[in-house]
Amino acid sequence: MSSLQAKRGVLVLHNILPALALSLLLAAVFWRQPRAMSYFGVNLLLNLAIPLMFASLAQMMILAVSDLDLSIGPFVSLAASIGATLLPTRPALAMLAFVAAVAAYALAGALIESRRLPSIVVTLGLSFVWLGCAVLLLPTPGGLAPDWLSSAMAYRTPWLPMPIWMALFAAALGHVLVTRSAFGTLVRGLGGNPTAVARVGWSLVRLRAGVYALAGLFGVLAGLMLVGQTTSADPNIASRYTLVSIAAVILGGGKFVGGYVSPVGTVVGALTMTLAASFLTFLEVAPDWQVGMQGLILIVVLGLRAAIDRLERIA
Amino acid sequence: MKTHTVSHFAKWQRWRAGRPWLGSCLAAVLAWAATVFSGQGQGSGELLTVALTFSAFTVLVSLGQMLVISVGPGNADLSIPSSIALSGAVAMLVMDGSNAMIVPGILAAVLVGALVGVFNFSLIRVLSIPPIIATLAGSLIVMSVAIAIGRGLKIKPPPLFSDFMAMRLFGIPLLAVVVLAVSIAIALMLERTVLGRSIEAVGQNDRAAGLAGMRVELTRFWAYVICAALAGLAGALISGFSGGNSLDQGQEYILLTIAVVVIGGTVVSGGAPCVPGIWSAAMFMFLLVAMLNAAGAGPGLRMLLTGLIIIGVIVAASSPGKR
Repeated sequence: MSSLQAKRGVLVLHNILPALALSLLLAAVFWRQPRAMSYFGVNLLLNLAIPLMFASLAQMMILAVSDLDLSIGPFVSLAASIGATLLPTRPALAMLAFVAAVAAYALAGALIESRRLPSIVVTLGLSFVWLGCAVLLLPTPGGLAPDWLSSAMAYRTPWLPMPIWMALFAAALGHVLVTRSAFGTLVRGLGGNPTAVARVGWSLVRLRAGVYALAGLFGVLAGLMLVGQTTSADPNIASRYTLVSIAAVILGGGKFVGGYVSPVGTVVGALTMTLAASFLTFLEVAPDWQVGMQGLILIVVLGLRAAIDRLERIA
Repeated sequence: MKTHTVSHFAKWQRWRAGRPWLGSCLAAVLAWAATVFSGQGQGSGELLTVALTFSAFTVLVSLGQMLVISVGPGNADLSIPSSIALSGAVAMLVMDGSNAMIVPGILAAVLVGALVGVFNFSLIRVLSIPPIIATLAGSLIVMSVAIAIGRGLKIKPPPLFSDFMAMRLFGIPLLAVVVLAVSIAIALMLERTVLGRSIEAVGQNDRAAGLAGMRVELTRFWAYVICAALAGLAGALISGFSGGNSLDQGQEYILLTIAVVVIGGTVVSGGAPCVPGIWSAAMFMFLLVAMLNAAGAGPGLRMLLTGLIIIGVIVAASSPGKR
């Protein structure tokens, strides 16, 4: 009986950790800067989390099948670069480029499954492909996002600031897609026990290709939202997303293997990682050490997760 | 008659399977020939000398990456650029431009590298997260330290050190000879020592290796420490070569080392390192860039092609898997 209770306690801890971390950080930020506790304050604090949420959902799709995507940052940068160069002048060509990019992702997924390649090496290679394409498109930082996109991202949403609406939308979308749907069950099955999924008769190649295509789609969305916010792009604009998205998924309760992911947790994780970065500026950490602090936050996040996992195993 | 040709083919395949470096070697020769015949590059001999110099750095760092990749699936050291940045700064600080301090400076750089390796491995063990993420997250902290002590550092390497880095023996850079010696030492270590045999065994099947009485985690520890120590040595040498340290002097080695290891025929899932392949693949990667430069390709196209070639090589080296 008591072991059951302990198990339940650890499970609750597992589920509320992302929300707990987010509230603690929010409280800390509001304490340092009470004026942030307003529509505009929250908008300013969490605006940058919007693209990151979708990039994290992309990473979550890949982690759900027990792979890792080391190319999502450069991919979002590429999508943003396309948004700032081709989209305003030649929208049809831009759409074609997006479709081609998503197809390339799907192809990578199919290759990884059919040839049993390590996803890490393939996506590391892909990251250079995306970066190369982005540099070809935008040799120097610049470009201009189309007006409709920048005004959409600057739209003043009713009742709640846009990042909150977007978080609700992303979490609901991910929850329906991955946690509730039959497709989501298959995806997590592929991550946990591919042999079983194959024995039931599903084509693993098509399944993994579909998962990668979805990740690509989320990546394109992230890139468009990012370029809508910044109005111009550069080939390295989102390179830090690779690591931060992984941290968001893991902080949100996902695991590296076994097909355990939580879309709601991932979105909360993305919000938390963004807030952690703003909190550092509030604390006035010297610029020399900001990179290191990011690393430290990552390590603390992953360490907390590891500690809870260990508790779960004991309980 | 038919069986005869089949057996020849089988023999050829067996011969090839024992030499995983063959493909990259051929590719390097082709890239060299293409650059020379395009006529825009330097003379063929000069090109080779330059290629040997730059490849020597790549080989030095990639040897460590090879050991790490060989200890099992998912193992890779992504902190190499930070180790190189930090050790370069430390080496210049310790040497402080005086010839007498060259050896202590190099030793300090290697020691700093080794410490980064210990840090990496403890992160992997304590947090039980994939080495890729652990080394990447840890490298941010190492980079911060490098920025804090190395920014604005304008110490020239001791003159003797610079001269040594530029020295040639019958047209062959002395640096390449030194790195060749290191390569042979690593190859001998893999062939002859308990640690070397353990690295291969752990990479092939860590459970079996553990049951056979090998110390799995200790083996992995040494792989990470040797890798980071070699990166530290490379950091000192690069600083000496380029007239002082810079924080981004190791930037390119993150993908380059993995590419070189994979193209050189080392098995990505571990257990089968290939030292000669490191040399041929490093030469290939340098000559490829030289060829693309000679053909007038910009940085974007160069990165695009590098990425495609890496993916192409691992697809070519793989075989269709079954579940």
